[in-house]
Amino acid sequence: MSGKGMNLTLKIWRQKGPEDKGKMVDYKVTDISEHMSFLEMMDVLNEQLIAEGNEPVAFDHDCREGICGMCSMYINGEAHGPDRGVTTCQLHMRMFKDGDTITIEPFRATAFPVIKDLVVDRTAFDRIQHAGGYISVNTSGNTQDANSIPISKHAADEAMDAATCIGCGACVATCKNSSAMLFVGAKVSQYALLPQGQVEAADRVRNMVSQMDLEGFGNCTNTGACEVECPKGISLENIARMNRELMKASI
Amino acid sequence: MATLDSKVPKGPLKDKWTTYKDHINLVNPANKRHIDIIVVGTGLAGGSAAATLAELGYNVKAFCYQDSPRRAHSIAAQGGINAAKNYQGDGDSTYRLFYDTVKGGDYRSREANVYRLAEVSANIIDQCVAQGVPFARDYGGLLDNRSFGGVLVSRTFYAKGQTGQQLLLGAYSAMNRQIARGKIQMYNRHEMLDVVKIDGKARGIIARDLITGKIERHSAHAVVIASGGYGNVYFLSTNAMGSNATAAWKIHKKGAYFANPCYTQIHPTCIPRSGDYQSKLTLMSESLRNDGRIWVPKNMDDVLAIREGRKKPTDLSEDERDYYLERRYPAFGNLVPRDVASRAAKERCDAGYGVNATGEAVYLDFKSAIERYGKEQAKIHNIDNPSKEKITELGEKIVEAKYGNLFQMYEKIVDENPYKTPMMIYPATHYTMGGVWVDYNLMTTVDGLYCIGEANFSDHGANRLGASALMQGLADGYFVLPYTIGDYLANDIRTGKIPTDTKEFDEAEKEVTDRINFFINNEGTKSVDYFHKRLGKVMWDKVGMSRNEKGLKEAMTEIKAIREEFWKDVKVPGSAFEMNPELEKAGRVADFLELGELFAKDALHRNESCGGHFREESVELDGEQKGEAKRKDDEFAYVAAWEYKGEPADAVLHKEELEFKDIELKQRSYK
Amino acid sequence: MSGFFKSSIGRKVAMALSAFFLMFFLLQHFAINSLSVFSADTFNEVSHFMGTNPLIQYVLQPVLIFGVVFHFVMGFVLEIKNKKARNVAYVKNNGAANSSWMSRNMIWSGVAILAFIILHFIDFWFPEINTKFIEGDWSGMHEGIDGYRYFDELQHKFESHVRTIAYVVAFIFLMLHLLHGFTSAFQSMGSTAGRKKTLQNIGKAYAIIIPLGFIFIAIYHHLKHVLS
Ligand SMILES: Cc1cc2nc3c(=O)[nH]c(=O)nc-3n(C[C@H](O)[C@H](O)[C@H](O)COP(=O)(O)OP(=O)(O)OC[C@H]3O[C@@H](n4cnc5c(N)ncnc54)[C@H](O)[C@@H]3O)c2cc1C
Ligand code: HEM
Ligand code: HEM
Ligand code: SF4
Ligand code: F3S
Ligand code: FES
Repeated sequence: MSGKGMNLTLKIWRQKGPEDKGKMVDYKVTDISEHMSFLEMMDVLNEQLIAEGNEPVAFDHDCREGICGMCSMYINGEAHGPDRGVTTCQLHMRMFKDGDTITIEPFRATAFPVIKDLVVDRTAFDRIQHAGGYISVNTSGNTQDANSIPISKHAADEAMDAATCIGCGACVATCKNSSAMLFVGAKVSQYALLPQGQVEAADRVRNMVSQMDLEGFGNCTNTGACEVECPKGISLENIARMNRELMKASI
Repeated sequence: MATLDSKVPKGPLKDKWTTYKDHINLVNPANKRHIDIIVVGTGLAGGSAAATLAELGYNVKAFCYQDSPRRAHSIAAQGGINAAKNYQGDGDSTYRLFYDTVKGGDYRSREANVYRLAEVSANIIDQCVAQGVPFARDYGGLLDNRSFGGVLVSRTFYAKGQTGQQLLLGAYSAMNRQIARGKIQMYNRHEMLDVVKIDGKARGIIARDLITGKIERHSAHAVVIASGGYGNVYFLSTNAMGSNATAAWKIHKKGAYFANPCYTQIHPTCIPRSGDYQSKLTLMSESLRNDGRIWVPKNMDDVLAIREGRKKPTDLSEDERDYYLERRYPAFGNLVPRDVASRAAKERCDAGYGVNATGEAVYLDFKSAIERYGKEQAKIHNIDNPSKEKITELGEKIVEAKYGNLFQMYEKIVDENPYKTPMMIYPATHYTMGGVWVDYNLMTTVDGLYCIGEANFSDHGANRLGASALMQGLADGYFVLPYTIGDYLANDIRTGKIPTDTKEFDEAEKEVTDRINFFINNEGTKSVDYFHKRLGKVMWDKVGMSRNEKGLKEAMTEIKAIREEFWKDVKVPGSAFEMNPELEKAGRVADFLELGELFAKDALHRNESCGGHFREESVELDGEQKGEAKRKDDEFAYVAAWEYKGEPADAVLHKEELEFKDIELKQRSYK
Repeated sequence: MSGFFKSSIGRKVAMALSAFFLMFFLLQHFAINSLSVFSADTFNEVSHFMGTNPLIQYVLQPVLIFGVVFHFVMGFVLEIKNKKARNVAYVKNNGAANSSWMSRNMIWSGVAILAFIILHFIDFWFPEINTKFIEGDWSGMHEGIDGYRYFDELQHKFESHVRTIAYVVAFIFLMLHLLHGFTSAFQSMGSTAGRKKTLQNIGKAYAIIIPLGFIFIAIYHHLKHVLS
């Protein structure tokens, strides 16, 4: 396998800490196998940097299988890179060619301040969820039998589709307005589609949207980029549904 | 030798939990406000515990190393969660779930715990549905089930291939509600680096803020560890990159016994390694074995031809294939339990029949299933004499509906279309049954220190059945710990806030800072990963799917040597007071390097084959079961709980004898 | 309800409502102006009706002006807010990979339309207002001559090459604005996925046909002048 790998130039955002200004720095990596994942390529770079006595590039990652939503890189101008339906950790080097220059930046939004290098702070998403991303039911186990609430397969499937959002923030990163509406729309939708979620529906959407606004995310102008870049294929329909829910709640 | 008291309540198995709950001490609601609890970990176990404890009125501080509690590795569980609901009317019951779990665990788990687990399992489903977890439903609007390996009923609830994600988001939402109420204080991007004991009781932790590097003291009346499994001791596993043993290991060093470290589950269906750069392995859900057939070529010539690209697997006729699981285990075939399937794959690959460049892969083939479903569909749609293409098309649709997301995941990683060519799979480390020893109350051998979820030695004995880890995590957190911890805390209502400016905190903090400073100042030459990979290789080669005395002894020496080298030559760039992923890894690998040795020691002492632990010295010598694992109940029907004494090799063994009053011990047979 | 229009989604809805109103106006504006191609008399009569009907003059006209002003002011406000939501720009951004040019440049197509509207007001609306409200001449007749002035005034405007070209260019921007705007407005109002395809088709048709029609009217009158 060795010898015929790719040689690449990487342009990476380096920023020591939240207060640092940060800048793009060029690196070279050689002999990259096409079977490597993008993050494995980053591991190679970091091993190289450590060996040279330099500080490795900090980036977020954990599960490396596209489900935790931790990884978050803006690669060649796209959130999670050029492939579709994948997170950064699922992106593979076969998407690139020998000699390519790859630009790697953190997810950018005022509401996602950079912590270091490619690591950003996405706790704004958590705070939106605190504002109403739950059903107020006690965890005591004294609930009714699960099958006493029949839910049509269609509704259950649709709720599930909305619920698969991994909270990665690619929608925000990719949106020209840094809008979080796809994420919030997906959360609001999951509960709006289920009978269990009806009781608090109006308060939920109001509170979540107002927290979203407080966090400084932009407004959606329906460009649809988020849907294209979302690794889980969350549909724009969820934004429309959130709009409806908020209108309903406000009348 | 101190005796281990499991504190299992008296009385008949069926009534133990109810009677227990009726007689424990309770803390009145007004007093709960004066009690603090620390929960380390926000996976299914920690998340559900934190939410429930806060809801009960305790002040909870929850910790996780990720940037959000929602990202704990429970999120990655695909297949499903078991519960004895008997919605399918196929004869399931609490007893059956209990029985299957004990049998599946090869009779190495504690009866009373497993029974309690089975008992509360049904509640979990009710709870999760009430929280809005979108489980799969049938057309009538009722909950759907699937079946998993090793059992005869359909009791697995699922949410597509993302059950863990949905359950965790459920627990996370329950946490959010409490965070909003101010009852949970959430500490994201914090790593617990030590526990603080005062007068023998756990009273707090030392944690590092992973953003600023600041070392913090947190006090509480009780500490709960829910930090997940230690599979990453192998370097490569299906765990997350950050999954670690640090929390569990640190409490072990402070007095909590560590039980059965050698019980590890190697999952048979994972995507094989593709090169040395590999950083982790990806699971392909067990459910695939319902429809996939596992094989390698019969002839060595074909193996070589395939490796060199001269032949494709689809070129081989049925006669040229060795469906080795069907051959060896006609009764269960491709659905034998995980440990059996894994060892069989290893056996074939060791014999040279592995089908990829690394020689470590076998085929999982969906061709028969596609054909079978295709024909079925053709009948349903009244298509007479369907063409081969039509059958394939119809069949692929069904397979896609069942496993679409897994197939897509596979294609993204391997770049081959699994509908057209068989998948390549190989076993990988997946789950650790061993862990911190706990009694019936889920308390460790340190007072006020609890351990739940995968981090404890748990209810799965020597082998865990599919879909039962999620069940255990949520059972511990939602339904068991909230009762048992109350019983303990009832004595603490008058204690008052625990101060953090005491010498115990000083000492613990100093230990932590000293170690961090050592790493930062050590002028080594090798990266942390260099050592981790070497440890992983020793573990995999000598303490992996099949173990023997010689290998285990070597492993102990080698791990010790790597550890010593690590402490001399490890290089950690950057500083202590900033985000520093290499520093985080260094601390974790340092702990793995100790745990690994104890792991090998445990495996060495347990000279029997049981569940995931296979000793080559302990196999059936003749008869129908020749070559299969041989358990030795008269010698080893106990939990091995190790007490820390400095060097891992010096750890002292304590035994908790296992009694089986309600189940007869049998050798497992899947022939 | 009051909080609603302060929220991001409320603003979005307000934007969409104003856009709906503008699109409706544009439709009727197109209908009336296209009459100028077929029959000068009918165009004159309808124009006179529209220009003198009190309901239209005192109610709808102010609403329209408010609508136009609201729409572009809100457009600028949103644009500024949205820009602020990203304080550090990407070094490399490949917007074309995931969204249409139109959707990313509503503000620029909007600015072009605004420039047009200013020109257009100087051409038609200010003179109209001047005649009617300042000079108080509501007759709709040419000064001193019998016969409506509307058609002739219109024809006169399209004698200039420069103005005609400016109009045509502006209408192309209008097309681009509407190609995204039409469906966007429905999405903002929360229209459901079931009707998405149909809406997209109607939107496309509207966004292409109306501006093309305006272009035709402009070129028609221009050519008529050039050729005569
Ligand atoms: C790929 C995969 C698929 C699986 N599929 C299934 C399945 O289908 N069915 C099933 O039943 N089981 C399955 N399992 C097993 C099951 O998912 C896990 O055993 C279970 O989720 C563990 O939950 P937990 O809460 O104990 O730990 P985790 O979910 O791992 O959570 C650990 C938590 O501890 C925190 N933590 C760790 N160390 C520290 C520290 N030092 N300081 C602070 N915080 C710390 C982490 O941040 C995290 O929040 C699967 C496992 C894997 C890996
Ligand atoms: C006067 C100059 C104009 C400016 C500066 C302007 C600006 C904008 C901007 C920035 C947007 C995007 C905001 C958003 O989608 O939320 C927008 C949307 C829109 N505009 Fe305009 N515009 C102008 C005129 C017009 C005209 C004359 C029409 C139609 C006749 C029109 C129709 C629309 C439509 C349909 C939308 C989409 C609304 C939505 O997404 O909800 N605009 N405009
Ligand atoms: C060839 C194309 C067009 C012609 C011939 C035309 C003609 C006219 C005329 C004659 C008037 C004056 C009517 C009156 O005030 O009573 C007018 C007004 C107006 N036009 Fe146009 N127009 C054209 C295109 C457009 C377009 C594309 C727009 C919008 C983007 C537009 C927007 C307006 C507005 C807002 C007014 C003021 C309306 C009022 O307040 O009554 N016009 N136009
Ligand atoms: S909606 Fe998609 S892109 Fe946005 S956070 Fe969720 S998964 Fe990520
Ligand atoms: S990309 Fe942005 S503009 Fe709306 S449709 Fe998506 S949030
Ligand atoms: S690392 Fe978990 S989604 Fe990429």
